[in-house]
Amino acid sequence: MMKFRFRRQGNDPHREKIKQDLFAFNKTVEHGFPNQPSALAYDPKLQLMAIGTKSGAIKIYGAPGVEMTGLHKDTAAVTQIHFLYGQGRILSLLDDNTIHLWEIVQRENRSHLVEVHSFNLPGRPGIESTSCDLLALGTEGGGVHFLELPTLTLLNKSLFQDEIMQSIPEEYKCGKSLGPVESLQQHPQDSDKILIGYSRGLVVLWDLNSRHVDNLFLGKQQLESLVWERSGNSFVSSHSDGGYMLWAVSSSNPCTHDPISSTIPYGPFPCKAVNKILWRTTESGSPLVLFSGGMPRASYGDRHCLTILQDSSHVTLDFTSRVIDFFTIHCTDKDKEFDDPSALVVLLEEELVVIDLQMAGWPTVPAPYLAPLHSSAITCSCHISNVPPRLWERVISAGQQQCPLQNYEVAELKDPTQKLKTSAFSPQVLCCHEDGTVRFWDASGVSLKPLYKLSTANIFQTDGDHNDSLTQAGEEEWPPFRKVGCFDPYSDDPRLAIQKISVCKYSGKLVVAGTAGQVIVLVLSDEKSDHMIDVATVDLLQDREGFTWKGHDRLPPKSGSVVFAPGFQPVVLVQCMPPAAVTAVTLHAEWNLIAFGTSHGFGLFDYHRRSPVLARCTLHPNDSLAMEGPLSRVKSLKKSLRQSFRRIRKSRVSGKKRVVVNSPTSKVQEANAQLAEHDAEVTPVQRRIEPRSADDSLSGVVRCLCFADTFLRDGTHHGPTMWAGTNSGSVYAYALDVPSQEKFSEQSVEALLGKEIQLMHRAPVVSIAVLDGRGNPLPEPYEVSRDLAKAPDMQGSHSVLIVSEEQFKVFMLPKVSAKTKFKLTAHEGCRVRKVALSNFTSVSSEEYSENALVCLTNLGDIHVFSVPALRPQVRYDCIRKEDISGIASCVFTKTGQGFYLISPSEYERFSLSARVITEPLCRVDVERPHDLSAHRIYTKINRLLKKIKWEN
Amino acid sequence: MNKNHRVPSNRTLNAVEVKSKFGAEFRRFSLERSKPGRFDEFYGLLQHVHRIPNVDLLVGYADVHGDLLPINNDDNYHKAISMAAPLLRLFLQRKEEADYSAFGTDTVTRKKTPAALAAVLLRPDANKKKPPIIISLPKDFRPVSSIIDVDILPETHRRVRLYKHGQEKPLGFYIRDGSSVRVTPQGLEKVPGIFISRMVPGGLAESTGLLAVNDEVLEVNGIEVSGKSLDQVTDMMIANSHNLIITVKPANQRNNVVRNSGGGATSGSSGRSSDSSTSFYGYSTPGLMAMTPSHIIQNYEPDEESEEEEDLVIEADRGAKLVLQAGARATASTSMPALPRYEPHLDLRTSNGTMASSASAGSLNAHRGLEGRSLEEDGTVITL
Repeated sequence: MMKFRFRRQGNDPHREKIKQDLFAFNKTVEHGFPNQPSALAYDPKLQLMAIGTKSGAIKIYGAPGVEMTGLHKDTAAVTQIHFLYGQGRILSLLDDNTIHLWEIVQRENRSHLVEVHSFNLPGRPGIESTSCDLLALGTEGGGVHFLELPTLTLLNKSLFQDEIMQSIPEEYKCGKSLGPVESLQQHPQDSDKILIGYSRGLVVLWDLNSRHVDNLFLGKQQLESLVWERSGNSFVSSHSDGGYMLWAVSSSNPCTHDPISSTIPYGPFPCKAVNKILWRTTESGSPLVLFSGGMPRASYGDRHCLTILQDSSHVTLDFTSRVIDFFTIHCTDKDKEFDDPSALVVLLEEELVVIDLQMAGWPTVPAPYLAPLHSSAITCSCHISNVPPRLWERVISAGQQQCPLQNYEVAELKDPTQKLKTSAFSPQVLCCHEDGTVRFWDASGVSLKPLYKLSTANIFQTDGDHNDSLTQAGEEEWPPFRKVGCFDPYSDDPRLAIQKISVCKYSGKLVVAGTAGQVIVLVLSDEKSDHMIDVATVDLLQDREGFTWKGHDRLPPKSGSVVFAPGFQPVVLVQCMPPAAVTAVTLHAEWNLIAFGTSHGFGLFDYHRRSPVLARCTLHPNDSLAMEGPLSRVKSLKKSLRQSFRRIRKSRVSGKKRVVVNSPTSKVQEANAQLAEHDAEVTPVQRRIEPRSADDSLSGVVRCLCFADTFLRDGTHHGPTMWAGTNSGSVYAYALDVPSQEKFSEQSVEALLGKEIQLMHRAPVVSIAVLDGRGNPLPEPYEVSRDLAKAPDMQGSHSVLIVSEEQFKVFMLPKVSAKTKFKLTAHEGCRVRKVALSNFTSVSSEEYSENALVCLTNLGDIHVFSVPALRPQVRYDCIRKEDISGIASCVFTKTGQGFYLISPSEYERFSLSARVITEPLCRVDVERPHDLSAHRIYTKINRLLKKIKWEN
Repeated sequence: MNKNHRVPSNRTLNAVEVKSKFGAEFRRFSLERSKPGRFDEFYGLLQHVHRIPNVDLLVGYADVHGDLLPINNDDNYHKAISMAAPLLRLFLQRKEEADYSAFGTDTVTRKKTPAALAAVLLRPDANKKKPPIIISLPKDFRPVSSIIDVDILPETHRRVRLYKHGQEKPLGFYIRDGSSVRVTPQGLEKVPGIFISRMVPGGLAESTGLLAVNDEVLEVNGIEVSGKSLDQVTDMMIANSHNLIITVKPANQRNNVVRNSGGGATSGSSGRSSDSSTSFYGYSTPGLMAMTPSHIIQNYEPDEESEEEEDLVIEADRGAKLVLQAGARATASTSMPALPRYEPHLDLRTSNGTMASSASAGSLNAHRGLEGRSLEEDGTVITL
């Protein structure tokens, strides 16, 4: 009997098995551009590119879909990465003086990046250079060490400056050292020779076998980088004065005093250093010179530039973020005489830019991956699953007209991989940005592909309208700047930022809502259009007295007609008054209705007749804070000062601790630090325990809105309803009288308040969803009428699931009597941040699926509950609880996947479903020769396998 | 009005024979069983027949079991009349010298016969020195706090229940992070803990006297707080604030509940149960409780469910009339001034709108204030 009593729900073995078949947590892919990249490398043989980041990650990219990630144990910045050409091995040098060797290995039928060796360096390394069996390391002290590969063992043939000094002419020495090693370059034809460049300007061609100096080049300008010419007969050096020099290598003259030529391209005024230079020969004639930096210090010293020079052609690529590194894709075949570069790949701090070097004018090529998601800060995101093929095609064609693609394929990407098949129903991610744009991405694969960009800024009058004149002036300008890249962190007007979005994928309608209370209804159109937009204003205050709005003004709409390109074209603009940011929006295309809410109230708008239906103020009479706009809620100065002092004191304490060495003075310091810490404990953080009161600030904020066809007034007649939930736990349910399709034009929609529910715990209402008689969520508009979903059960009793920050509760309709509930906060001490109803299909049977409530809490963990019983099923840790922006950005899909931002530029994709997983299953087959000669490496890419499991 | 003065007793089934005694005097009269009238009329009648019009009386009667039970309202008056078989014996006392202890069911065992009962009443001064302070019965009070589960907790711990519902008083306390020392197999160990850091003067927490600054919080509504952050515990407490049960280890260990030390009671192991006087809840037998400490948490559930605050649901469409009455002050109108085309629906939506504006947060509060208690307790869906 006791046993029976204590057997808990979750321990039923049958249920456990079902749960295992339904739920599994995996973090699968990172979408977007790596945050804070710090190093770049390219392997022309395997056609792989590697990017290292400041957080110690290495990411490898091949053909689209081929992605691998490795993470160093220590989070030190990756300063350099080098491929061992063709071996599938990568060397990384970290900020903390360690070298790591990584290998691409096959496991479970897919490739992984695995660290195999690491080596701790004795001194501070300057530069490394590799051939396939030897790693040369230059140090800041001026020495060069050699390590055997792939074992990373130090060879006993280090080269120190004394040895070089002996062969230097006396007049050059001047008693000074040569400075740190700046560059090490292996001879392109003879792998036993290595070119060593010292900071002071001396360049030495060193023979490894005979251990003697072949040639000396007595440069007098501080050296920045070196590059060989293909033949090995000459090399180019770049310098800190902004110039570069071409040197001839002749065996007859062991000591060269002067270069063949020396140029300062942006002289004569002082220039910044040329950090890196590349010299590529072409069959057609003069060589191509590519270098970063070298700009005139006074006038353009702050620009991030890369120059391409060939004969008289000169382009200065002007980027919006710092150049990290760059390489060219060129012919590496030893038999060919020329480099003939086909493309230039530039890694910038915020994006990757590819330039076609074969086309005249060197145009930019859109990269197939690593698209910067964050070209403008992401303000909200939304996932649409099962996009109908018709809409998909129309969006793609709209996107193609936006940016006509020439020569999409770059050499780098010509890999023998099968193209990603666009499945009939493709998922999309919409990112909404601070500059008022909405970007559509194809999220069906491992890499996010940009599809279409929608801008809402053009229907408003903003300050940023005059930039046409700026582009005109560029004709006679020197240097010949060309703006490249799309990363643009500066928003013209923060009011344009989009806060909420709602889509009807069947009718091609879209509603976006922004910071200045603007709600825009857009309709997908394949034709260009020139029309006026209907503007309506809805007063959400409803003559409430005693309130004044102190926030921003609304955005003035443009008068007259505006030209719109094919794609989503605005039809109606609704402006909320006061123009506070829109906090919730929803669309019902079948009823031609949109609902929107701000911190003051909510409104209902018939966009077919262009007429408001309802406006309701949700403000509490005592709540004056909501009125003052977004800027007034700052902490008192005194309080913030006190806090910042406390913070300083704390950081000092921890700073001291780090330098503690066992000496008498340090002991005193330690004691002081402990005292200080104790002092900090005297005024600890306190939390007040008080139930929420009705007049909490911002209690009127509308948190969620939803439309549903259900039973609100009695149990026999169902009809359209609209539900709104606020920050103070109030729920308003309206019965709508929507005329039939034919009468839309004559008859107006009416809304009648049906029910008001005040949740006693007064926690903010996060989500409202109506469940049908079988406990399934109601289908989306049009889904039933177009036979895309099973009709909901309209016979049985419906229920409404109301999710607040503290608890989930299912109420029966129409009586609104509580049926089931789960008090999450009371049990776990965590609060609901994001919820979604998802459908989980079992791995063992396609027939079996369950609906579940997926919930992300403020602690970053994910809970899954059954619906409508609200029983906890599984729990996973997902996001660090400190990562507030990650938690705030999380989006769930209808099939149990999710996305969140791990950095401003990257989405982490995760999967809660055991069946629906999108993960990179790529394979790079590498044959590593046992004979480690650099010239006999057999490599081939057998198969680049990419598999996406996608079930619906 | 069916009063028959000094009517000799007739033995018809329709009449109730009344023998009323006040001090040493008897009065006899009869009442019609089917039409007893109201208590205040009866009370007036008693004053009249005893000729003591200005004396406050306490009316008692002896029921069939011989218990002395009070008659002080219509209900127990009717009960007394209907139960009279057929004689109804009344005992009147002056209110100021009334002996309340005489009432109650215990009187059955203590005083076997009505005669003995009467003897007590006739000589009130014999066993009573001065009139006690008159206090209301327990049902007239709302519990504010209680110490519960004394029998299953270690003596060093205290489980306090705070009843916030319907109170205007703030809960009134703050918590903080801190560290406490625990005895572990490895020796003494410093572990992080949550402590009460401040009491708000005049708050509920302070007024109970059961919680104090520096008390360590161990559990919130049956869930251990160890391993949880300050913010988590804060959220848990706020989420449970309507019916908060905190288990603390008081900083001051001198006021602990003293147990009957007969069995050398160690925590939770003895079968002996000794509730403190304020303990309300002795749901299960102590023996079972002691054996199943992990199950104890469950004890809250049924109780909590019943006391659970219910969400307030307002049926707007049927509520229009009442709201119009009550809502004469509601001035806000929902008609959108900018939208003249909705005028035709104005009357419909005005009722609605008045509802809306008056029943918005503010008036919801008002409703709660006025009718809240009954709403919260029995959880009926109110129809305005």
